Amino acid sequence: MNETFNISSSPHIRAKVTTGNIMFLVLIALMPTTLFGIYNFGVQALGIVFLTVASAVATEYLFERFMGKKITIADGSAAVTGLLLALNLPPTAPWWMCVLGAVFAILVVKQLFGGLGQNFMNPALAARCFLLISFTGRMTTFVYDGVSGATPLAQLKTGESVNTMDMLIGNIAGTIGETSVIAIMIGAMFLLFMGVIDLRIPGTYLITFIVMIVLFSGKGFDLNYLTAQLCGGGLMLGAWFMATDYVTAPITKNGQILYGVCLGVLTGLFRLLGRSAEGVSYAIIISNLLVPLIERVTRPRPFGKGGER
Amino acid sequence: MGLLTFKGGIHPDDGKKLSKDKPIVEAKPGKELVYPLSQHIGAPANPIVEIGARVLRGEKIAEAGGFVSAPIYSSVSGTVKAIAPHFTSTGAKVNSIIIENDEQYEEAKWREVIPLEQMKKEEILNCIAEAGIVGMGGAGFPTRVKLSPKEPEKIEYIIANCAECEPYITADYRRMLETPEKLVGGMKVVLQLFENAKGIFGIEDNKPDCIEKLKELTKDEPRMEVKVLQTKYPQGAERQLIYATTKRAINSSMLPADAGCIVDNVETLIAIYEAVISGKPLYERVVTVSGDAVKEPGNFLAPCGMSQMELIEMAGGFEGVPEKVISGGPMMGFAMFSTEVPVTKTSSAILGFSKDEVKKHEPSACINCGRCVDACPSRIVPSRLADFAERHDEESFLKWEGLECVECGSCSYVCPAKRHLKQAIGSMRKIALANKKK
Repeated sequence: MNETFNISSSPHIRAKVTTGNIMFLVLIALMPTTLFGIYNFGVQALGIVFLTVASAVATEYLFERFMGKKITIADGSAAVTGLLLALNLPPTAPWWMCVLGAVFAILVVKQLFGGLGQNFMNPALAARCFLLISFTGRMTTFVYDGVSGATPLAQLKTGESVNTMDMLIGNIAGTIGETSVIAIMIGAMFLLFMGVIDLRIPGTYLITFIVMIVLFSGKGFDLNYLTAQLCGGGLMLGAWFMATDYVTAPITKNGQILYGVCLGVLTGLFRLLGRSAEGVSYAIIISNLLVPLIERVTRPRPFGKGGER
Repeated sequence: MGLLTFKGGIHPDDGKKLSKDKPIVEAKPGKELVYPLSQHIGAPANPIVEIGARVLRGEKIAEAGGFVSAPIYSSVSGTVKAIAPHFTSTGAKVNSIIIENDEQYEEAKWREVIPLEQMKKEEILNCIAEAGIVGMGGAGFPTRVKLSPKEPEKIEYIIANCAECEPYITADYRRMLETPEKLVGGMKVVLQLFENAKGIFGIEDNKPDCIEKLKELTKDEPRMEVKVLQTKYPQGAERQLIYATTKRAINSSMLPADAGCIVDNVETLIAIYEAVISGKPLYERVVTVSGDAVKEPGNFLAPCGMSQMELIEMAGGFEGVPEKVISGGPMMGFAMFSTEVPVTKTSSAILGFSKDEVKKHEPSACINCGRCVDACPSRIVPSRLADFAERHDEESFLKWEGLECVECGSCSYVCPAKRHLKQAIGSMRKIALANKKK
């Protein structure tokens, strides 16, 4: 026989899952809340989603092209970042804010730190916080049904009563993708079912948050208040889709639990003590910064050295 | 559930249906047979035949080169043609005895068979050593050395590795189905050496027919037990198998004997049976020839020294030109650039694949998804270790317990970025181990 065969180190078989199809599954999982946002806030929301995703993908393409790097837009990660940013913008966001946010997320937070897998902060959330600090007014003005008003979470903070049923369904003011808990949960269930995420981070996050609210809100175990806190603001979108971002969460299993606790404590503190009603975005990006420390203290014990269970 | 197992591992497509229902067929070798002098871990064997000499089937042609070594027997009768370097399935060139087959298959008398009960322990061990038996699952560690722990009275379990967790391979499966009594017989021989030990057959639940046969055969054996394991890779890895069957855990700096265990695989135990009970040294073994590029996959009783190409011809040859040919299983076997290499004591399978799955994907950036951490049976963090390895950061590599890697390949298998994690960690491990010895 003259032909020679390929040589490589074992293993010689690979699972079917790729980075590209994980990102694709995340995009699908975000569809219910995206579609609900468009239905809820109208065609303007559709424009924001489209523009933000397109800007994110274009930024990645142009940067990689300009730097002579391999073009990686096909892996879908830029599209996911763009979509998550869009879902975190108010439906009244002007076009230039969408573009600016997307460029900041991809260029500054992701590519300048080395591209996919190297960013230490969630790009979409970092961009959101950047916009929030720079254009506080525009980012916190929410118009619903033609009326400018406070979000239920802000009403809750000033002691007004809120309709929790509307919050579950999403008939409230807020950013494009955060209002409908039901739509978010459909996507989250899908990701859990497909094995893209597990309960470790969102589970501990939400449980810790509940504990924080029950202990420190001064309301005790007030079911109505608790439900409103859970359904209000960006908590659900953050817990299921942003805190679970692989790149910026710990890789160790115990680290993920610690990270979830961290998120719950910080979100609770920000919401209860902070000036703003919101707290999820900051809680997540601050916890992102703690990840290297968390990983160091939660290095797993190997098999045969006490790590059997 | 209730099935015994370990934490971590993967569930690859097992591909066993291609060959599992094909009975073992005796393979006829061609004109020329090649016997590498190093088919085991340890010192190479020393040839004891002259060029031009006539040898018989079952005649010793090379003797052990030390305590950790093993002799080699001819599997045919014929003439010694040369002693020269020849490629083996790992890609290395190894000094080999080349014998021209006269197709007479004239057998040499090896030894008088003495009933097991009348044999002293030392005689049994010597017989196993003399027969050239080594770990036939792939490692090739001389069995006699394995069976000589410092404190034999502290051995509590002899574990027969019947897991056969590598995809595609069905050699052990056929052995257990066709001649389970030889496997049980081999276990009996080993138990004779360790009076405080119990024999355990650890077998995955995807082989219910074998489980039934083994249970039937061992029902009157108070010292033997069949333990059913969850079907999962790498259930047959030594440390994982010990844990699944006995709940004892060992790490890289320990031997199975430290946990009171000795593990031998099916083919090895059958070789022990053949040597001690039937009086036949080791010169043949069962090899699975399979994969989507093989026309008629099957299981063959192949003489050692036979060309792997001839064995593939016996399985109908290749369908077109395969991209990849593997000696052993797809998870831990070696990719071969040519099939002009001999079957050796450790060749469990030859697999031909029309598509090379590794070539199909370019490795990309790690997205930190943690799938490798979930899959790792050693409970370490493969993606981090691979980073350290690529940076030659030996200190961090050791701190993150890189030496605990068993190189099972589960991390590379699950990686969505298709990174060559096992390869990176494996290379760094070799460097770190070498530096440690300094």
